[in-house]
Amino acid sequence: MSEKKTNRRDFLFTATYAVGAVGVGATIWPMIDQMNPDASVKALASTEVDVSAVNPGKTITVLWRGKPVFIRRRTQDEISEARSVKLEELKHPESDEDRAKNPEWLVMLGVCTHLGCVPLDQKGDYNGWFCPCHGSHYDISGRIRKGPAPTNMEIPKYEFVNANTIKIG
Amino acid sequence: MSDHQYTPESKFGKWFNDRLPLLTLANHLTDYPTPKNLNYWWTFGGILTFCLITQIVTGLVLAMHYIAHADMAFDSVEHIMRDVNYGWLIRYIHANGASMFFLAVYIHIFRSLFYGSYKAPREIIWIIGIIIYLLMMAAAFMGYVLPWGQMSFWGATVITNLFSAIPLVGEGIVTWLWGGYSVDNPTLTRFFTLHYLIPFLILGLVVLHIWALHVPGNNNPVGIDIKKPSKDTVPFHPYIVIKDGFALLMFMIVFAFFVFYTPNILGHADNYIEADPLVTPAHIVPEWYLLPFYAILRSVPDKLLGVVAMLSAIFILAVLPWLDTSKIRSAVFRPLYRQFYWILVADVLILGYVGAMPAEGLYLLIARVATAYYFLHFLVILPVLGFKEKTLPIPLSITEPVLGGSPNLATAKNKESLKIK
Repeated sequence: MSEKKTNRRDFLFTATYAVGAVGVGATIWPMIDQMNPDASVKALASTEVDVSAVNPGKTITVLWRGKPVFIRRRTQDEISEARSVKLEELKHPESDEDRAKNPEWLVMLGVCTHLGCVPLDQKGDYNGWFCPCHGSHYDISGRIRKGPAPTNMEIPKYEFVNANTIKIG
Repeated sequence: MSDHQYTPESKFGKWFNDRLPLLTLANHLTDYPTPKNLNYWWTFGGILTFCLITQIVTGLVLAMHYIAHADMAFDSVEHIMRDVNYGWLIRYIHANGASMFFLAVYIHIFRSLFYGSYKAPREIIWIIGIIIYLLMMAAAFMGYVLPWGQMSFWGATVITNLFSAIPLVGEGIVTWLWGGYSVDNPTLTRFFTLHYLIPFLILGLVVLHIWALHVPGNNNPVGIDIKKPSKDTVPFHPYIVIKDGFALLMFMIVFAFFVFYTPNILGHADNYIEADPLVTPAHIVPEWYLLPFYAILRSVPDKLLGVVAMLSAIFILAVLPWLDTSKIRSAVFRPLYRQFYWILVADVLILGYVGAMPAEGLYLLIARVATAYYFLHFLVILPVLGFKEKTLPIPLSITEPVLGGSPNLATAKNKESLKIK
């Protein structure tokens, strides 16, 4: 075969491989996707919390989607401290105004962005949170200031249903 | 190999062997020519096989009583400990068996490093070994999650979160691994499934590991190629079988000591507290056998780079046959390598120690120096040493130094010029 020519057989091979690949892919995908969060897990996607009993300077921890959420009612001092930090000093620059729409209430996932431990309240070099696992320090806005964590603690989607109730998710 | 011509004596044996040559295989395994100078460091292959079988048998029994559900797992383990007949014994053997397995595998790996067993023509044996080691770590990690104690839960959280360091797709992968938004029941059930599966994958790889070993035959303390069979070899049975058996007995004494006298010393007290997703234990530490890698992970102040460093520390072993440029296998004839070898052993032990300590102050500094040295050993010292080191003359055969007195310098020099393969 000196002459290179596409014949009917080459076409059949290519077509067969292509159909075969699609078939294998379509078979494997359900096997992979079954491991993703199922309908019952997704159904628990939102939770409502009554915060009327939380005094200024206190944090409550609630469970949302299997993860702790910190709800802190911040004092005036803490708010001014959080808002006075310059963005240039931050590893992950985010203003406190963006993180806490209502400055009195900080609602965030209580999960260290390093490897997922729960940071301790009122600890660390910045009087915010301190992760005991690998030593990440967060400030009173939950922003990473020191240690291996790459980003600030995440702010979940939440809203005030009324003055005393926060709906997370 | 001579055993290819094997014919069974009995008529039935011949009939059967013609259809399925199992007897030929058995004959190959018993007659397999083994270097006569193998020392006790060579007995850990057999010991490891014993460990694998022990884990499979005890694990099978535990699975008859364990319940893989977030609400019931912790209680079912306590049920095994208190109610099931001999449940405490079986669980303690399984839990300590994991530690014994790693103890043996580390000795096995370091024996290979000392005697250059990973070098040509044994690279594939070595790489299969590294894959087995990786699977062992995966199986051990998932097994540790199953009792659903505090260390189980938070260990699982930290280790699965390592994947979130991957740019872009990391978070998606972690959610996929969890089957939810945190470590929870779906995570537990899939870990149980995989923990059950992996030992059988290891078993298959062990067969390949031994198969690959039986092609070139065993390395030996002198590290030279030998003729097989010859004056330098003995048949596997009974010589090596007896030696392996004796070593196994000694090993089982150590094993039994842990099981019967200090069954919890290698575990962590926090794992007797049921998993609580709201409280992280003050100090998370993995099991002792993962500590050196944990120290490497924590010594790097960046999340992604820390994970990369930790994984590289393992995968660097897979390319070791090509990083070590020396043609001489055994450290016995490599005076400089022998010293660097012991420094590496000390370095790994130091990493293990600081891995158990809090990651701050002096411990962090030591971890960083030890991590740097670990990579220096493999990436700089080994490649350079192969060219620079003045090695000692190697004997022509295993019997030569024994029967021919001290190595004949003239012969050895001549041998040097021939360059052993």
